[in-house]
Amino acid sequence: MEGFLANVLNGLSWGMLLFLISVGLTTVFGVMGVLNFAHGSLFMLGAYLCMQFVRWVGSFWVGLLAGPPLVAALSILLERFLLRPLYGRDVSFQLLLTFGVMLFLDDGVRLIWGPAYHVVNPPALLSGVIPFFSQSYPVYRLFLVILGPLVGLGLWAFFSFTRWGKILRAAAMDRQMAEIVGVRVPVLFTAVFAFGAWLAALGGALAAPHQSVGPAMGERIIIESFIVVVIGGMGSFPGAFAGALILGLMNSFGTTFVPHLQMALPYILLAVILLTRPRGLFGGEA
Amino acid sequence: MGGLTLRRILPATLLLAFLVAAPFFLSTYWVIILTEILTMSLFAMSFNLLFGYTGLLSFGQAGFFGAGGYFAVLTLLHGPPSLWVALAAAVVGTALLALVIGWLCVRLDEIYFAILTLGFGMMLFTTAHNWRSVTGGSDGLGGFTVPPLNLIAWQVSLFNPKYFYFLVLAVTLLGTLLLLRMVKSPFGLLLRATRENSNRVAFVGANVRRLRLFAFVIAGTLAGVAGVLFAIFNRIASPEMLHWSFSGKAVLMTVLGGSGVLLGPAVGAAIFYVLEHYITTFTTSWMIFLGAILVVLVLAFPKGVLGSVMEFFAQKRRGAAP
Repeated sequence: MEGFLANVLNGLSWGMLLFLISVGLTTVFGVMGVLNFAHGSLFMLGAYLCMQFVRWVGSFWVGLLAGPPLVAALSILLERFLLRPLYGRDVSFQLLLTFGVMLFLDDGVRLIWGPAYHVVNPPALLSGVIPFFSQSYPVYRLFLVILGPLVGLGLWAFFSFTRWGKILRAAAMDRQMAEIVGVRVPVLFTAVFAFGAWLAALGGALAAPHQSVGPAMGERIIIESFIVVVIGGMGSFPGAFAGALILGLMNSFGTTFVPHLQMALPYILLAVILLTRPRGLFGGEA
Repeated sequence: MGGLTLRRILPATLLLAFLVAAPFFLSTYWVIILTEILTMSLFAMSFNLLFGYTGLLSFGQAGFFGAGGYFAVLTLLHGPPSLWVALAAAVVGTALLALVIGWLCVRLDEIYFAILTLGFGMMLFTTAHNWRSVTGGSDGLGGFTVPPLNLIAWQVSLFNPKYFYFLVLAVTLLGTLLLLRMVKSPFGLLLRATRENSNRVAFVGANVRRLRLFAFVIAGTLAGVAGVLFAIFNRIASPEMLHWSFSGKAVLMTVLGGSGVLLGPAVGAAIFYVLEHYITTFTTSWMIFLGAILVVLVLAFPKGVLGSVMEFFAQKRRGAAP
């Protein structure tokens, strides 16, 4: 029973990080039609910036607050100067462009911070372990498990009740119609891209004390969040939440029960979902 | 399209003459690099049959490349010591694998196809990575002896890099001719038509899925053959050969050279290795340059290097002959 609970918590904490990055990915895809390969690199950049702020000022919270806006600023430049010229062109080219950006950022990080892995300690408030049945459980992971739904709730409120959230959903549903009723789509695109990047970097900063910070972390999470977004339904907000939870739990239970198969599980799930429900669990009928 | 005019034949003949003569005036080091370029050319051209000619962006092509390598090495380890048998096993194995995976993948297109092929490619990767007893796990599968190539009257030892180069040249050439024959045929025209508008192709009565599946199997098998050459060249079949970042290499080479021309990916492979050679002499951050080059190409030269050069000459000719 306690093994089961520990698995659930581990799965949820990883799932929450996946959710943060997937929700940005799926929103960007829903509104702009761009599948961003570099999204994982933005996540990684968030983690590295957080680590750098911890080194400079010694506070994790500063890194958590200051890092993501910097990444969002960078992504504004990306959208404005690199992606915008490609909107009329074939979707493959957008995918290729973001693939190039990913290579650039991943190696850039290696150039600046070196190829080694770094450790970021959780802030004093969230460090240590708490008793958990006969064993103990890291406080920081519990924090992630609690924070995830809160962020999800905040995003849901944002999408449902605020003017900007409604505009976003409208544009995701029908870009042309939104433009006709007066939404300034180019500005919206930049804003959406920056918002997605901010979320990814926030996930990265939160991930920094949870796992080691290294140049390969973006590559791993981008593939998993692609899977989350596809099985949830591209552009679907609840889909990203459900998909992230499924993948997170599958990760922790898979490691315990089928260690040899665990690496392949997400891909098997992806294939099964794509072949039976090509538009994902929460996607509309194509 | 035009016939076989001198202008069309001459560059190809010169290129072939260069490739045949190369081992006689280049150092062994460059012969080895050329061998690598030719192997990756075949791999990238196989990818481009799907991407450039059928409009399907596959991010799982390395799965077949690596599977071909593993099939060949497994045959050499446990079967008769013959390269022909190993090659045949790899061809049959990858063709069957591509048939099954392709049958599932061609139901989708665009981004969904890219993600699904990525997923299947990574399934093959995890199989190679985790099935230690058969594939050697993350260490890869090596420790086999390369038997001499049996050419009826001669037994050619492949330990000489020059002889191995000629084998790779011959195989890549055959693969290129097969692809050329395919894309120039009515089948190739239909493939390009599905790239432009798959609905209309279906309306005139063609079976789009079957067309795509056929292209998928041919592409997967050729990638497998390239993987055999690669594994023998490196004396090892390793899981990295199946990883999606290896598929990304084929994508990069194709975009670098140009996806609209048959030899575009080959030119891309050549540029890739020559650039890598020079850039890594002064920095280890070769991927930064590669990423930047890819971004510039996608933005400014979507037709790639060879595509842009050919377009330039075509325009010049049109300007010269009013």
